[in-house]
Amino acid sequence: MAESVPRQPLLSFRIRIEPRLSEPPPWYPAVISLSAIIVALLLGGVVIALAGGDPLRSYAHIAKASFGNLGVLSDTIVKATPIILTALACSVAFRMKLWNIGAEGQFIMGAFGASAIVLAKALPPEAPRWAFIPVMMLAGMAAGAVWGFIPGYLKAKFNVNEIISTLMLNYIAVSWVDFWIFAVWTEAGFQMSPKFPTNTWLPRLADYAKAIPAFRGLTTHAGLLMGIVAAILLWLVVFRSRWGYEIRLIGDNPQAAKYAGINISRNTIWVMMLSGALAGLGGMSEVTGVVHRLQTAPIAAGYGFTGIIVAWLAKLNPVIIILVSILFGALILAGREIQPSGVPKMIQGIILVCLIASDFMLRYRIRFVRVGKEE
Amino acid sequence: MTPTNSTTSDLHNSPPVVVEMRGIVKRFPGVLANDHVDFELRAGEIHALLGENGAGKSTLMNVLAGLYRQEAGVILVKGKTVHFSSPRDAIEAGIGMVHQHFMLVPSQTVTENILLGLDEPRFLLRLSKYDAKIAELGQKFGLAVDPRAKVWQLSVGEQQRVEILKMLYRGADVLIMDEPTAVLAPQEIEGLFGILRAMTAQGKSIIFISHKLNEVTAIADRITVLRRGKVTAAGLPTKNVTKQDLARQMVGREVIFSLEKKPLTAGDIVLDVQDIHAENDKGLPALRGVSLNVRAGEIVGLAGVAGNGQRELSQVITGLRPCKQGRVILNGTIVSNRNALFGIQHGMAYIPEDRTHVGTAPNLSVTDNVIMKKYRQPPISHYGLLDMNTAAKFANELKQAYDIMVPTVETPVRLLSGGNLQRVILAREISGQPRFMVAVQPTRGLDVGAIEGVHRLLLKQREAGAAVLLISEELEELLSLSDRVYVIYEGKIMGEVKIESGEPDAGLIETLGLMMTGTPLDQIHKEGAVAHG
Repeated sequence: MAESVPRQPLLSFRIRIEPRLSEPPPWYPAVISLSAIIVALLLGGVVIALAGGDPLRSYAHIAKASFGNLGVLSDTIVKATPIILTALACSVAFRMKLWNIGAEGQFIMGAFGASAIVLAKALPPEAPRWAFIPVMMLAGMAAGAVWGFIPGYLKAKFNVNEIISTLMLNYIAVSWVDFWIFAVWTEAGFQMSPKFPTNTWLPRLADYAKAIPAFRGLTTHAGLLMGIVAAILLWLVVFRSRWGYEIRLIGDNPQAAKYAGINISRNTIWVMMLSGALAGLGGMSEVTGVVHRLQTAPIAAGYGFTGIIVAWLAKLNPVIIILVSILFGALILAGREIQPSGVPKMIQGIILVCLIASDFMLRYRIRFVRVGKEE
Repeated sequence: MTPTNSTTSDLHNSPPVVVEMRGIVKRFPGVLANDHVDFELRAGEIHALLGENGAGKSTLMNVLAGLYRQEAGVILVKGKTVHFSSPRDAIEAGIGMVHQHFMLVPSQTVTENILLGLDEPRFLLRLSKYDAKIAELGQKFGLAVDPRAKVWQLSVGEQQRVEILKMLYRGADVLIMDEPTAVLAPQEIEGLFGILRAMTAQGKSIIFISHKLNEVTAIADRITVLRRGKVTAAGLPTKNVTKQDLARQMVGREVIFSLEKKPLTAGDIVLDVQDIHAENDKGLPALRGVSLNVRAGEIVGLAGVAGNGQRELSQVITGLRPCKQGRVILNGTIVSNRNALFGIQHGMAYIPEDRTHVGTAPNLSVTDNVIMKKYRQPPISHYGLLDMNTAAKFANELKQAYDIMVPTVETPVRLLSGGNLQRVILAREISGQPRFMVAVQPTRGLDVGAIEGVHRLLLKQREAGAAVLLISEELEELLSLSDRVYVIYEGKIMGEVKIESGEPDAGLIETLGLMMTGTPLDQIHKEGAVAHG
């Protein structure tokens, strides 16, 4: 206001939005994210009310359906597991400002690679579980890494835009798997492979029900363990290793990285392969922990795309990715409980928009100024 | 006339005050950027705001331009209290700021850029009408720019004129120029001064932010000096002060203008550049057969007007740019056409020209930035893992030794001032105990105190037996530091001169000037011989 006498306002306070000039305190981002979720739930409540439901009862139902007892909590974690791995995959590529949106395709290829060990009889069918699982893990990671290598190499050598190439490779991955389950490994003409023998399955909690009765019926599988270990290892790589330092330096300022003698092309290829391998491990975990056969529909279910959002919301921090993935797992699971699609999807959307918008509060602050008593 | 009389008559005759800032306080975390600052601008004057980097000049002016808000204090424009909550409010009150970094859309014309953000034209873009209006405005103030030219086609000086026109078009009576000469070539600076004088002659008032004493004394009517957020000299008339006085007010101690350079005998050749040919980013020849050498324990200057191949040469030497022909030998090893890592491993240090875009990673911490060349070996890393404790210890040692002013070494370097950032880079490069160092424009944009610090560090390198190649556009800097100076012009070396300590004579400066504008040294000698003979 340039005029010296402000007009008489209706309220005696004015709201002002100002850019934040200093770093907010360390607890601040967490508080903001939490508030954003609360605001989203309030807005979601309005949506539910408009749809003729009772917001409180619906939320109670959602909470019960995702965290209410050990059984559903376990199901939530099963949903979160593939998201953890795809989000880790995205986070490492994004850290270097490589926009890998092909975690979906790398995930599918990982599932394919792991399945090929069983279906192509790379190991004898009667081989023990301790032999199958590590071999399938390696195969899944290798297949995902190949799917990451292709765009990485193209980017490094010919400067091909990785957004386009990774996106396109997603479709190729689906078609590739479709070909195999239609033509080669089909189960009596259906679009799926035969069910894998149980000695190739990832161990589930339910498997130990004999020793610990509380585990009866729990579907949480060893993929969760793989996700947690991968997150911790990735944290160590990014923040405590030489390679991670190079990744962070390139991501922040490629010019400075070149100046420091870092080979950007080589890192582009390696990081894309690591990203692909992590997503591929996710695919392996899903196919051997949940689906138990190679089939496109339940595997190409969009985990790779959810991973992009989760990586972003977790600010690329591997440990926070685990927490955010569990939240998303709950939303996916509970959403199905109250309505197959529609309102739950909408609430998911509202939470997402609120979380992303809350970023604004990290960069700006709102001040209430008493009119007439400025400064 | 007694002095008392003259003071009173001054008071009566002096032009009216257009802007008055009283008791301005502005705090940033950990810094009191403005501590009860008073400032007064009279109509039709050029008032310089002088101070080191971080003295609070820009903060004060950002408050006046509506970008920041003061925590205490009042601003009066033409005697009325004002409250600015955005630059729009400030411009409505007639105050416009021309920033150091221009805010123009390169693909649009001058007229389009000037109209951007205004309410008119409403619908139809009948630009010809506005072209004429802007041309007329430019004519009035001596700001010759073609209104129909696209901004990307304009030189830096012309772009600056567009920024000034933008403010004049919006009706600014008070122009704040934030270090306007930092981006300009010497001829352009003269042009700018002409424009500023023309504007004040027409009743505009100008605030000139600078840390260059020569410019301030050349252009300003009055000078206000800030130091660490406080006013140390308020509105001194320029004719009453000396440069030494101002320098003292600015840095709080006597600045030593001549550095102590110990006489040293240079050792063996460390860097040998042989007949280098290389291209610039556009694929045009930038270097056409450059040869030079640097010995241990000497500083060799490379003088020249910007854009004559200095940047490319520094990149060829450090391995960041391939060369077409010739070679660079460092201590007997060919380092050209390898890569940056090869140079680093052979003891090469590099102070790049661009501190923020090349020299540092802005969002990474001070620690991460100082280990940039050391992270590959112990003690910072073992078996591929980084030892962050050792790294932090190392960063803290450098912080102490090089007086890097930062709360903790975990602070991202984007929050550091220019001088501090340069100290981070120097600390990193020197701590590697290099045998050879290329320093490109190491003092550009730094204040007097920081420049002196950089110079001392470079001389210390010389005493420690390192070979230093100093590429600079500041002749004064080259003459006070170098043992020898080469001059480069359009990718060719024009000649080499020895610098004796003491005051450089006029003949030497003339010779350098001739070489910088394209006359080779042997030709100068020949002509000299002809003239004398």
